[in-house]
Order: sequence, then structure tokens, then C-alpha cells
Amino acid sequence: MVKIKIDGKEIKVEKGTTILKAAEKLDIKIPTLCYHPLLEPYSACRICMVEIKIKNRNELVTSCNTVVEEGMEIFTVSDRALKARRINIELLMARAPAAEPVKKIAEELGIEKTRFEIKDPTEKCILCGLCVRTCEQVVGAKAISFIERGADRKVSPPFEEPSEACISCAACAYFCPTEAIIYEDLRKRKVIHSELYLGPTTAIRIPFLQAIPNVPRIDPDSCIHFKTEQCKLCEKVCEREAINYKMEDKYEEVEIGSVILATGYEVFDCSKIPQYGYGRYDNVITSLEFEHLCHASGPTGGKIKLINGEEPESIAIIHCVGSRDENYKNYCSRICCMFAMKFAHLVKEKTKAEIYEFYIDIRAFGKGYEEFYKRVLEEDVNFIRGKVAEITDFAESPEEEGKLIVIAEDTLLGMIRRIPVDMVVLCPAIVPKNDAENVRKLFGIGCTADGFFREQHPKLGPISTVTDGIFIAGACQGPKDIPDSVAQGAGAAGAVLSLGDTFTIEPIYGVIDEELCSGCKLCIGVCPYDAITFDKEKKISRIQEMLCKGCGTCVATCPSGASKQNGFKDEQIFAEIEGILSV
Amino acid sequence: MSNEKFEPKIIGFLCNWCSYQGADLAGTSRLQYPPNLIPIRVMCSGRVDPSFILRAFSRGADGVLIFGCHLGDCHYEEGNYKALRRYKLLTKLLEQFGIEKERLRLEWVSAAEGDRFANLVAQITKEIKALGPLNWENQISIEKGGSK
Repeated sequence: MVKIKIDGKEIKVEKGTTILKAAEKLDIKIPTLCYHPLLEPYSACRICMVEIKIKNRNELVTSCNTVVEEGMEIFTVSDRALKARRINIELLMARAPAAEPVKKIAEELGIEKTRFEIKDPTEKCILCGLCVRTCEQVVGAKAISFIERGADRKVSPPFEEPSEACISCAACAYFCPTEAIIYEDLRKRKVIHSELYLGPTTAIRIPFLQAIPNVPRIDPDSCIHFKTEQCKLCEKVCEREAINYKMEDKYEEVEIGSVILATGYEVFDCSKIPQYGYGRYDNVITSLEFEHLCHASGPTGGKIKLINGEEPESIAIIHCVGSRDENYKNYCSRICCMFAMKFAHLVKEKTKAEIYEFYIDIRAFGKGYEEFYKRVLEEDVNFIRGKVAEITDFAESPEEEGKLIVIAEDTLLGMIRRIPVDMVVLCPAIVPKNDAENVRKLFGIGCTADGFFREQHPKLGPISTVTDGIFIAGACQGPKDIPDSVAQGAGAAGAVLSLGDTFTIEPIYGVIDEELCSGCKLCIGVCPYDAITFDKEKKISRIQEMLCKGCGTCVATCPSGASKQNGFKDEQIFAEIEGILSV
Repeated sequence: MSNEKFEPKIIGFLCNWCSYQGADLAGTSRLQYPPNLIPIRVMCSGRVDPSFILRAFSRGADGVLIFGCHLGDCHYEEGNYKALRRYKLLTKLLEQFGIEKERLRLEWVSAAEGDRFANLVAQITKEIKALGPLNWENQISIEKGGSK
């Protein structure tokens, strides 16, 4: 430990501590610009000057990078130190007159005007090099550095051109003390820590408010560490040492008796309907993005904003995007009418925006839904019955200038309408998961023509499937709202619990005659339930009665007539044919 | 036998889950369709062995129908695709035997399509009537009681 004195106060600090950190412990504030606790000090701004006395010798030093020594006396506001700071801040004021933190420190030091010549009144950069150090030490990209010398010195990527080495992380802008760096995405690459519109807020975050477990998670797609293997700032600041970059997906084998498939759904890709301009116009967003925008934990803290940060004056909400449409999905997605009306209600609550709901039919089918529809109707929401033909930014009149124009046929008025709005919310169709077909095959169940999992019976078996012990719940079976999904989930759990020890098998199942089977394995390939196994010792196929559903495909396939179906044996069917034709 | 009076014998293989129910619906809906079709219930159109069809023709059937669930709707997931594959091959074989391929038909009828079932049977019966009797036994000498 080292004993020192700061402004007359004694303190013991660890060896190797800088004066700035020691002063911090005594709550003595030394102004700095280029210092950041997570980076190596560089003493570029020289605002943190203090006077020290050691071995009867007085000296002026920068406190950010001077290490304390035994018996050191430090004067943070001595006349000499203040004088040095004042002259340095005057120089910085001439260098970067537009930098707000410089102005603030100058004010604190009692400086109103600089005596030196101002070259560029809009300059903000104080050449502290914090950005250069960030890019090198934290990010590891080394995309920017100081170029030129003397009066011409500045920070730039090589040859003052957009750098290939830059990973667009915007960390330099984050660390810049004077907001001198503005990141523009010149190559249209995604800016990682973008606090833009709907992007992720940070690379390490709790995925969503109700997440279980409720702990932060690193998003490897936007984390700098996974791009350059550097940074690790979160590890530095985490006192609990809970950060683990090496954590990987684990595979565990669990023995189970039955399975409930609740694999959910996906939303329709709105850019498949090019005339709606999703992906082309910034203010055309999907319902999920709008939900994210409205959410208190979202990028705008729950404020409904356009891409330019302004509040929209009018919003169009378009139902049935991709659903109830012969060109895309024929079915009704069920949930859209209600959430679209909820959106209208939310917008009315949060803003003064005019709302237009474009719908085909309002399907308010649930308990209390129709009442909610009535309530939204009374909230002065414009309901326009008709499918939207196009969303364009091509203005035909002055009031359409700078707006998105929604063109639709109003089937109640019998006319084409052009409605200029600031924001368009698309309600995309609910579609099956892209891997539903693989899951279906894995569990030996069926899919309906629309690609959702097939239940055993639409009315009498809405939870079970053709394969015993496999149950389905939620939107993997078909578009469903939350109450319906919860009900089906609870039903599936109940069905599993009531299974008991006994199994019912189909009365009609297949058997293989061991004498006749030649072991060609053709039947194994055609069985949709994987019910046929091959006996390697006897070189014959065997049907497991528990798994067989009795379709008889293997019987029709068997070239040697070894496979037989109870109740539908070949001889029985031949007898039927002959009986019919002998009359 | 003149064509007006000719009443073809048609055997239909109906899958238990869609087409047989569709036929049932046609009956309970009191839909009229020709009595020439005699249905045989199988669990799945995938169960229909080509030898059933050949046996039916050899025993004097003038037409054979296979009715299954719509593609993608099979109760057993893909039995109807297997039926479709066999049907395509079998029509080639029948043509080589000198049997018009129109005498064997594969159609998809769901349990809700009673009217489609009735219409299809009426239409197919009409078409087979126009083709006239198959009379295979006289055309091709064939041993009676031949095995599968």
C-alpha cells in the first residue's frame, strides 16, 4: 500500500494506482476528456493536470496516467494546475469550438473565449484518440488511426476512404467524448449497436421482459467479441465473473413416454408481396415490428415513432397480408383482426394519429371480441372494407407529398381510394414453421394441405395425432390465438397424464409370414410409421403391432405375398371381386 | 349387345377414411348415381394391389375405379401417393394388354365430397358405357382360376 495526500487528505491506495483513480476514492473530481476507465490512459487532452510534490520537488503531471508514489502530495486545484488546465482548454476551444464538453469545462474554469485562432467553428474532434484506442484495444479492428501531422492531424481510416477493416460496430462513436464521430452506414451494412429504429439495443441483453431464465444473453451476431475475438468489456465490468464466451449449445438425451409438439408458427414474409413495399419503404413495417416498437422495453421505450424519430400523424393497418389470398395462403390467420384492432386502440391511447384499418371481413369470433370491436369503432378508427392494391410514395397531389399512399378499393363506397399515411403496419399471415415437414416425418404424423400438423380428427380428436403418444398444441396445428393455444396445451398435458399403462391398438394391423418373407426390405421403405424392422438373424422383416396403423401399403408392395393385413387379406379381397363379378 | 342396353360392371376400391365416407355421404344425402359401381372397402388406396385390378378385369369387370383421399390428405400420410405411382405404371401395362386406359380410373374424393363422388360415378359410368364391354375373356384366352 502507498500512503499519499490529496488536497490535504491522507489516503492509502494500492501500488500502481493512478492519481485520478486515487482522487476518485476521495470524491475529488478532476476534469478529463480523453480518459475512459475501460481503456489505457493516453493523456491527450491534458485537462486532468494536477500539481504534485515529491521529495521537495514540485511538478505538473497528468493525473490519468501518473502512478502514485509513497509520500506523494497532490494538489488538484492549485494555481499552477488550474493555470495549466486553463491554457489547455483554451487551446482545445480553438481546436474544437463546437464540442459541448469542452465548452462546459471551460465554463467551470472561468474561460469565456479562446485567445487562439479558430480554424473551423464546426469542429468537434479534440484529437484525444479515444476512438483510435477503442478500435485497437477494444474492438481489435484497427480500422482508424491518426493521419497527417501537426496542424493537419486528424483521425481517419487509411486513405480517408471507408475501410474494409471496419466492422461497423460504432464503438468509436460510443466512446467519443465530444460526439465528433457520426456513423454513417456507407456500405449499407447493418450497424451493430444501432439504436436505430427496430434494431437490437445492445449485443448483451435480456431477450425479452418475460424471458425465463431472466438473465442477459450475448447475441453472437452483434457482439464485437465474436467478430474480432477482442472487446470483452462486459467481462471486465462484471464483478460476479458471470460472463462466459465459450458457452455452447448442449445436447442432452432424455427418455420420455410421449411427446407434445408445440413448435409454433412463422409469419409470412411480406416482401413476397412487392406492391406493399415492405423492405423498400422504411415506414412499412410488420405487426411484430410494430409490437416491438410499442413495447416499453423496445427501442423507443414504447413511443410510436417513424424512422426519422417523429410521431406519425396517420397510420394504416392492413389486414390479411398473405392470408385469405388465392395467390399466397387461402386460410384465415384468425388472430390478425383482433391484434390489428388492439394496435388501433394502442395508437389512439399513445398518439393523436389518424388510423385506417383496411380489412376484408372483421372476424371477432372470441369471447368479448365483438365488444372490443364495437369499442374500437367508437374510438374514431376508420375502417375501410377492401383489400389494399398498392402502397406507393408516388404523390399525385400536394397533400400526398412525402407520405406513403395506400391505394385500395373501398367496397362499401364502391370506389378506389388513395389515403396518404405516415406509417403502414402489415398484418402478415401465420404460416407453418419451415421445418414442419421434417418434424412431421420424425414423429410419424401428418400435415394438412396448408402445411400445419394434422390432428387425429378435426372434431373428436383435436389434440392427438395418428401416432399414439404424440400430441399437438398451439399454432403448429393451425393459426390460433393465445386462449385457444393455452386450452389446447392444457388439453394435451391432460391427455398425456391420462394415458395410463394400457395402450389401444388398431384391430386392423399387418403381419408378415416368416415362411414367405424373402427379406427384400421393400416394405420397410413404404411404411409411413417406421413400424417394420428387419430381423438380421432370420433375414426377414417384422411388423410391430404397436406401431402399425393398418394402412396395408406394405401388403400391396410385398412381392412374395408374405405381408398380410388382418381383415383385408389378399384372398379376402379376391373373393370379394369374384363374388361381385360372378353375379 | 347394343351399347344402349349395355350396363357395365364397375368395381371401385374405396379408401376407408375419405372416399368410402364420401360414398356414404352421397347415400345419406340421397344423391342419385348409377348402380353399376360396386364398392370394395380398403383401408387405404395404398392397399390396392395391382393384382386386384388385373383380377377384376380378368373376371369380367368393364371398369375399375380407385378412390382415395386428396393428395396431402391421406389418413396414412402418403398411401395415396403410392397408389398414384402404381396407377401410372399399371395404365401402361393395361395398354399393352389392349385394355383402354380409360377403364382404370384413379380419383380423389374426400369424406365431404358426396356430390363429387356421385358426379364422378355418373360420368365414369357414362364413359365406360361409351367404350362398350371389355369382353376380355373372349379377346384373350386366359386360364380360369389363375393365381396372383
